[in-house]
Amino acid sequence: MKLHEYQSKLIFAEYGVPIPKGSVAATASEAKQIAEELGGRVVVKSQVLVGGRGKAGGIRLAKSPAEAEELATQILSMEIKGLPVRKVLIDEAADIQHEIYLGITNDRAARRPVMMASSEGGVDIEEVARVTPEKIIRAHIDPLLGLQGYQARDIAAGIDLPRELWRSFGKIAEGLWQAYKQSDATLAEINPLVITHDNKLVAVDGKMVLDDSALFRHPELADKRDLDIEASAEIEARKYGLSFIKLDGDIGCMVNGAGLAMTSMDVIKFFGGEPANFLDIGGGANAEKVAAAFRIILSDPNIKAILINIFGGITRGDEVARGILAAMEEVKPDVPMVVRLVGTNAEEGRKLLADAKMITADTLADAAQKAVAAAKGETK
Amino acid sequence: MSILVDKNTKLIGQGITGREGLFHAERMFAYGTNLVAGVTPGKGGEWILDGKVPVFDSVKLAKEATDANATIIFVPSRFAADAMFEAADAGIELIITITEGIPVQDMMRVRNYLDQKKVRLVGPNCPGLLTPGEAKVGIIPGDIAIPGDVGVVSRSGTLTYEVLYALKELGMGVSTCVGIGGDPINGTNFIDALRLFEEDPQTKKVVLIGEIGGTDEEKAAEFISKYLSKPVAGFIAGQTAPPGKRMGHAGAIVEGGTGLAADKIKALKAAGVRVAKHPEEIPLLLR
Repeated sequence: MKLHEYQSKLIFAEYGVPIPKGSVAATASEAKQIAEELGGRVVVKSQVLVGGRGKAGGIRLAKSPAEAEELATQILSMEIKGLPVRKVLIDEAADIQHEIYLGITNDRAARRPVMMASSEGGVDIEEVARVTPEKIIRAHIDPLLGLQGYQARDIAAGIDLPRELWRSFGKIAEGLWQAYKQSDATLAEINPLVITHDNKLVAVDGKMVLDDSALFRHPELADKRDLDIEASAEIEARKYGLSFIKLDGDIGCMVNGAGLAMTSMDVIKFFGGEPANFLDIGGGANAEKVAAAFRIILSDPNIKAILINIFGGITRGDEVARGILAAMEEVKPDVPMVVRLVGTNAEEGRKLLADAKMITADTLADAAQKAVAAAKGETK
Repeated sequence: MSILVDKNTKLIGQGITGREGLFHAERMFAYGTNLVAGVTPGKGGEWILDGKVPVFDSVKLAKEATDANATIIFVPSRFAADAMFEAADAGIELIITITEGIPVQDMMRVRNYLDQKKVRLVGPNCPGLLTPGEAKVGIIPGDIAIPGDVGVVSRSGTLTYEVLYALKELGMGVSTCVGIGGDPINGTNFIDALRLFEEDPQTKKVVLIGEIGGTDEEKAAEFISKYLSKPVAGFIAGQTAPPGKRMGHAGAIVEGGTGLAADKIKALKAAGVRVAKHPEEIPLLLR
């Protein structure tokens, strides 16, 4: 789950990271009021969960409260990469001498968090990693011991930070690590961390991504989820414990298990079709879950056929079939459906479904080909 | 022979008095797995499976009473890290964690701790292990595989069942099937399993089932080209998955240009692995 810049920076500040004075506004008049309280030049920053806000004109400098109001009016009416701007952050403008990058993320391969820093801040760090990888300094953090003081000093030296700033940099590095750890983040990033003309460090921008699996420990953070970045069908799916991702094709998929769900999409593509979604209904396939899955798949007007691929295993095939039939009774889908059932009692299950005039298949390859044919209006 | 588990494995189950755990404990026991005890704090002294399996309050007590050497963990995600620390500290050598949705930072702490203790972990978020005819340690349906000479290692659950089933349909048996799980931080990885299969005289061929996310398949490919003498067939799921989206498994995500199915397939092919176009093709590639 991604957090907005203002939310991320407030968390950083709780752990002692200096951030600019500022506040978030939902209207232009609020923006003006905040600018008046701050005095001087302010930055008006759109709060949307995409990169490239600056380039899109979503971050602007205002010299007066009146200009802040005007810019906030403009920015609040914008859409950036398809996302509406609902809030702007009004921050005191920083007096920038130099910009650096500081971030922590999970290094999968090393099975540890890694702190990364670069003397080239304020730009896309992935770009820096690609073009000038030697400019990124890394330190892996032992998850049982935490960040050590010498690691922060090594990083400071590695990015040629002036010695008089090492102490304050160390505090910021430790603060960022604590914010990352205590919030169960998978990414905590300050880009840029600014060195001001009076030689102070300030986190001008902030970004956090939280581990969805750990939100149970952070109910106060879970409430901050911004639903704008998710397709409504994905939000609906989460309510039913379904894992759903919308794609661009016309063959709806309903599968149990994530690996098999991805594979079913791949096999559809292999036989010349286009999958419309990823959908893992998880263990069991009771009528309620199947019905919810049908409704979510059919909410996409492009759907021309549905492929249901259930590897029963321990779940009984006849039960799955009854679940599907009960759900069909409720939802009444009007597109052809191809069902493949394997596992315990699959035979009985297939018979039940065939009696209900559904297209059945024995193998995944067979099922995919039948679904592709059905979507093209051919009968096989 | 087989790898990791066989009829001599003395298994305890943490969290097998709950609905899900008990369901699978019954099936493991019926399969003939040597399930010697359950562990549920607060339920010590009870018996499950018609009075055949005792329950203890802690792993330590269960280990003292039964001399167990492996544990299977079904406890809910928020308590799973604690359960793994407990098993490691009690001297259990092999931990199999079925639980899905364990926080990533918990898993990083667990994995680093287990490495220090030299305890082997399989999972989490995995279907467990199956050595056909000897031991079923996990949730893989016992009847979809027969004993044989194919070693299977996979990041997936039902996709693995699909492959086991396809092998069985053609009369091909399995030495051991290892589900290493779909999480970004796990225990046993492809290379660990491949090394064990290489050393196992019963295993003559290997099936590797990967998916998008991370670079473990690329590393496995390098290992295969250097060290594996046995033929390998493979499949990578997620060729049609969009970047930046987590495809059900916490670890199945293409990030910053890494983790692509195409890169994994290319690496495996370069290492001489026969890569299937769809899972049902795998048995044919092993002939």
